[in-house]
Amino acid sequence: MMAEIGLAALWLAAALAGLQLVAGSLALTARGAALGGAVRPVAMVQGLLALLAFACLIYVFSVSDLSVKLVALNSHSMKPLVYKIAGTWGNHEGSMLLWVTVMGVAGGFVALVERRLPERTMLATLAGQSFVSLGFYAFLLFASNPFERLSPVPAEGNGLNPLLQDLGLAFHPPTLYLGYVGLSIAFSFAIGALITSEVGPAFARAMRPWVLGAWIFLTVGIAAGSYWAYYELGWGGWWFWDPVENASLMPWLAATALLHSCSVLASRNALRAWTVMLGVVAFSMSMIGTFLVRSGILTSVHAFAVDPQRGTFILALLAIYIGGALILFGLRASSVTEGERFALVSREGALVFNNVMLSAILGIVLFGTLYPLVAETFGAKVSVGPPYFNPMGALFAVPMLVVLAVGPLLRWRRDRFARVGKNLVIPAMLVAAAAIGLLVIGGVALLPFLGLALALGLAWASLLPLKGRNLRRTPLPIWGMVTAHFGIAVALFGMSSESAFSVEKLVAVKIGEVTQVGPWGVKLDTVEPVAGPNWTALEARLLVRYGADGKVTRMLPQSRSFWAPPQQTSESALLTRWNGQLYAVLGGEAPAVDDKDEAKSAAGSDQGRWQLRLWWKPFVPLIWLGGLLIALGGALALAGHVLADLRRTIARSKIAYRRERQGR
Amino acid sequence: MSDTPPRAPRWAIWLPLVLFLGFFVLVMIGLYRPADRNVASALVGKGMPRFDLPPALPGRPGLDSKILANGKPHLVNVFASWCVPCRVEAPQLGELAKAGVPIEGISVRDTTENLQGFLEENGDPFQRIGADDDGKVQLALGSSGVPETYVVDGKGKIVYQHIGEIRPEHLGLLLGKLREAQQ
Amino acid sequence: MKRLLLSLVALGLALTAPAMAQEEQSTAPYAYRQLDDPAKETKAQDLMESLRCLQCQGQSIADSDAPIAGSMRSLVRERIAAGEDPEAIRAWLIERYGDYVSYAPQLTGLTWPLFAVPVFLMLIAFLLLRRRFTGKTGDAK
Repeated sequence: MMAEIGLAALWLAAALAGLQLVAGSLALTARGAALGGAVRPVAMVQGLLALLAFACLIYVFSVSDLSVKLVALNSHSMKPLVYKIAGTWGNHEGSMLLWVTVMGVAGGFVALVERRLPERTMLATLAGQSFVSLGFYAFLLFASNPFERLSPVPAEGNGLNPLLQDLGLAFHPPTLYLGYVGLSIAFSFAIGALITSEVGPAFARAMRPWVLGAWIFLTVGIAAGSYWAYYELGWGGWWFWDPVENASLMPWLAATALLHSCSVLASRNALRAWTVMLGVVAFSMSMIGTFLVRSGILTSVHAFAVDPQRGTFILALLAIYIGGALILFGLRASSVTEGERFALVSREGALVFNNVMLSAILGIVLFGTLYPLVAETFGAKVSVGPPYFNPMGALFAVPMLVVLAVGPLLRWRRDRFARVGKNLVIPAMLVAAAAIGLLVIGGVALLPFLGLALALGLAWASLLPLKGRNLRRTPLPIWGMVTAHFGIAVALFGMSSESAFSVEKLVAVKIGEVTQVGPWGVKLDTVEPVAGPNWTALEARLLVRYGADGKVTRMLPQSRSFWAPPQQTSESALLTRWNGQLYAVLGGEAPAVDDKDEAKSAAGSDQGRWQLRLWWKPFVPLIWLGGLLIALGGALALAGHVLADLRRTIARSKIAYRRERQGR
Repeated sequence: MSDTPPRAPRWAIWLPLVLFLGFFVLVMIGLYRPADRNVASALVGKGMPRFDLPPALPGRPGLDSKILANGKPHLVNVFASWCVPCRVEAPQLGELAKAGVPIEGISVRDTTENLQGFLEENGDPFQRIGADDDGKVQLALGSSGVPETYVVDGKGKIVYQHIGEIRPEHLGLLLGKLREAQQ
Repeated sequence: MKRLLLSLVALGLALTAPAMAQEEQSTAPYAYRQLDDPAKETKAQDLMESLRCLQCQGQSIADSDAPIAGSMRSLVRERIAAGEDPEAIRAWLIERYGDYVSYAPQLTGLTWPLFAVPVFLMLIAFLLLRRRFTGKTGDAK
């Protein structure tokens, strides 16, 4: 029953999206103006219906209604409830339903609250939003119906990939999706502004909270995904430049650029065409990312749901939306001037530099991700991985980070380096000191060297905008900027430190044996079987001690066997200290490895040895702490802008009220 | 500020669309060409690497690559007892052996007991089986998985690589390749 | 329903395959064992991180539990221990598996665009920025 309600709600929502598109477009013409009043309510109801459909799907998953095909294929009645719910979006259909739900709800919310823009622009924006939604509704209803029934009903479901049965991962995709799809609002605003040629500070102010919100979710989503890969895949890596990771990074890069150009447009009415362009590009990157992941066109470790036919459908949607938006942009952009001028050395100048560098990194990531496909069309296979992305990305990231230290100190319009130079003496000295220190230590590769040297100076410089301000009266967006920039320095330090100073130890030890990893002594105490709700595991008890006289702590890495579906995973154990993390993985019972011949002749003599993989990763948690700080900075800025808007609205309504009373 | 504000140059305005069209064409080609996830060996058409594998089973000969240059074409089958498709292709290998094709086995990362069980269950078409315990010969051959089957001509040159299990419909192809190699 | 059942079975098989592969223990001596010389181990580690696992298709051999990745790690470590240059080992593998095996694209007739793109991007950035800033820096005149 619930499945049918969900399906009906979905059809209704799709129909309303169609209505919203027609009414919104007609309202832009002289004769249809009367329809304008219908657009906002329709948008809100459409959002609610999409939400209802999604709630129905969550319901059928949580009660394991196996008569729904999607549940049978992706769930199992013996799974813990939280993973049953997470199973809702852990598959293609469910995640697409989540996609349209977020789009519908966000569109409805814009319709409810956004009153600053000219009504014509709003109508065009909402029509644009429904146009995009409509494509995805069609995709769901015709090519991936999540509510399809099964007959006869199978006795048991198929289960969820055990790698995905993890709390971090359960909530990672929805976070990322909120970010991806939140950018659709920026896209629709850009379309609305292009259609009505209303590109100015008001447009930027209306768009900014949405970009910020989406960007916060993207930041958290990427950080969470990276942390998941770090502890779940069991090899201590936190970024692989895998196509799926790149797919989430690209919208983030575009959104970061958009965020900065938005603030130029909002404050200074400059970079108009460029901001609109980025608004289109950011959501385009979300769609391209989704397409690359869903179509299975690129090989990836994380490709869980792939299907070329669906890929074709999404590709058609991409062609309509991205192609259409870019044609609209090409036709209209010549009527949108770039706006106010500014000097090279100015806040705007620094932000333009930031935008260009971010776009270049985006270009590199996109091209590098797609290049294997290019090569394949020429009949060859190549791989593009970290040895390409790291240096090429750094080529643009390093100058950008240097400018990041200076930019926030510059004044709008024009400035002189001499004015801000004296503030930068300390950061520059920090960079120099760190560089000399690293040279003395020696053995640090170029990229981590640059990162470590820059990080300290950057951390200091990022706090400088607070200098000379009354901290209590500093506006929240400034706090947000400082926090986010400081977060970048923190994350940079973590990444560089991890890659420069990690210590790895692979050992096969007997019970009771002690191994040394960096400053840690690790003793294998016991290995015993344990059982969970849908798995059994071997669990090692490690007694670890930092330095010669540290406190002894337990660590419990597991090697798990899931039975539905059958798969083995290693659950790493992590021990966090202020200066880093100890990472332990239990491998299998070790084959004798000391000497081949000896092993062959005396097979069995070596029993009771266990394979352990241990890493000491100095300051590695700073990577994700930095990521969270960046997101927190975004949240502060968002709160600041929203509060300021609210205050302005309230003030305006008070003035209007007073006028009304005086008039009487 | 009397002069008109700057505008983006025309080429820059259309550049994103051009790039997107490029992307579109690229993925269209990618979607409609059958995806080939196999990694073929780059050694096809080149000489067999030299190796000398110890016997995988007691009392049976091991595999020295010299035998592959004895003037007769051979099949070299890379297999293992733990590999499910290897069971699937066993009848076809048996048929090839019956047709008089010399089949040499390279048993990858396997144990004697498991291998013995596998051969008892699925038949033993092999003349020699070399034990490639650490997978080095597999790597030297450019083989990226099991099963894989190489057609080697009488002079020790690899003329063909078959990736995946040999199904009944592949028999003709393999026999043809062997015949070609004979000439 | 029949099709669904079949697909369920197929999926089950596909998922069991890695589980069965667990029986396939890599006996390669250096799959899970480091070299005693830390300098050589670092060299080996750097190389392993830039080689692609052929079975898992999306991970380096340094982050993979696939047995063939274990064999490749052992090969790398043994050859580094014997004093071979990392790039020679990479070349040896490319000779057998093609460019696919290496995550570090070499500059060839096929891959030059990868290295041209950064230059191209800088050129576009320069052209766009030059228009903005050269000569006419706003109302200064």
